[in-house]
Amino acid sequence: MEFMGYERPDGKVGVRNTVLVIAVCDCGEPAAQQMVKGIEGAVAVTQYHGCIAIETVPTLVGVAVNPNIYGTVLVPMGCEGLRAQPIADAIAESGKPVEIVDIQAIGSTRGAIAKGRDIVQRMVSKAAKQQRKPFDIGKLAVAVKCGGSDTTSGIAANPAIGIMSDMMVDAGARVVMIEPIEAIGAEEELANRAVNDKVREDILHWVGDEEKRWTVPGAGVDFMCGGNVKGGLTTLEEKSLGAVHKSGHRPISGVLQATTDRVDRLPEQGGFYLMGGIHIELQAMTYQAAAGANIIVFATGRGGSFGHAIAPIVKVTGHPETWARMGEDMDVNASTIMEGTESIESVGKRIFDEVLAVASGKITKGEELGFYNFNVWRHDPRLEVLLGMEGGDKK
Amino acid sequence: MKKAITMDSRDNVATALTGLQPGDEVEVISTAREVTQTVKVNDPLPLGHKIALADIRSGADVVKYGAKIGRASKDICTGDYVHIHNVTSDRMPLTENMLGHS
Repeated sequence: MEFMGYERPDGKVGVRNTVLVIAVCDCGEPAAQQMVKGIEGAVAVTQYHGCIAIETVPTLVGVAVNPNIYGTVLVPMGCEGLRAQPIADAIAESGKPVEIVDIQAIGSTRGAIAKGRDIVQRMVSKAAKQQRKPFDIGKLAVAVKCGGSDTTSGIAANPAIGIMSDMMVDAGARVVMIEPIEAIGAEEELANRAVNDKVREDILHWVGDEEKRWTVPGAGVDFMCGGNVKGGLTTLEEKSLGAVHKSGHRPISGVLQATTDRVDRLPEQGGFYLMGGIHIELQAMTYQAAAGANIIVFATGRGGSFGHAIAPIVKVTGHPETWARMGEDMDVNASTIMEGTESIESVGKRIFDEVLAVASGKITKGEELGFYNFNVWRHDPRLEVLLGMEGGDKK
Repeated sequence: MKKAITMDSRDNVATALTGLQPGDEVEVISTAREVTQTVKVNDPLPLGHKIALADIRSGADVVKYGAKIGRASKDICTGDYVHIHNVTSDRMPLTENMLGHS
């Protein structure tokens, strides 16, 4: 099975051909936005944690190396603790173009914008000359995520996405699910799918460490809310099993880490993977993109109007009203399951087909709207140390 | 006929695909849309809530997705509404705050 993608110098394959401008810290974001303004095929992003947030570096490198990105322009203010050159060096290992436009070194904001626009224009022109070519589906990496969940998510959209996940894995592709907090209460179900004892241990750590982070005495959070109960969810186990259903049923090949000092990338080998990090939608999607995901499949009951700067989002809703009212945002209708008119397997197959079409260039609803959201999670290194997870999830 | 869906053949509860009233006969379908049984509804329940497909004794497992989602906190009869009034979690009891909006 094949899709039409863009080949990168490191052998990876993208489904988009985007020129990425990264303001290394948020002070430089307005200048970075000016560098891409009106230029189709270029987007500007930043991390929102200030100029010493070195914990965001692995994420920034990861998204620049994501095969959907043709090349990258780094825009440092010049004085930040988070230095641009090592980031550029790490990105350059992929063989893709990367340049730095240092605002203070140029000494003029307008001068820096002009130089940046020049570089972006040049990269976009080169990117436009590249043709899509057929590649085996094994080169494709799909992320699954849910949000704006309601009672339909666990019985329609997530199970149908689970069928898509199984079909992807069976065809040789890679699928990655994040949001360990959503697995609390369903950890045994996932652990039982581990390919070996090491991965089983990793899965239990993946959930256990996240539970530790969110149950600090005196600062705990509720894992269920009144809306869940009102919607029909009785226990945390039920909520979590519904959420992890989008992971399908295939063996779990590994657990990727996203911590204060590393963001693991997806291996070349096809299969289903879990990833640490965070469950909050856009930050989670950024982690998945930093791991190399080409496309994000998103289950929502309530709807959602956003896109992602690095990877197109295929939005699936199981709610008939959301489909009817927010059709301009939704890519796949799974509400036929709720109406009893289509099987979960059949909807899963439609999602699979949609993902392959988007991989070959079909524009998603979020892209139609021109939405390219980006946000970055930053693990607090002090909390990690206090919880005994220095440097991340301790093995 | 009104429908409820099971997510796995081992499930002893089904999720209502529409609001149900006492006395309704509900068709239980599998994820492949096959009708596996019909159940007479004992209690009113909204869309997305669960109905018992078998008698579940107090303390016995409540199964959805082919997995245990909790334990019956009292005897449940076939056709009963299954929710927080007759099921408890082994993993995390509900707090007042979690019930706040209901």
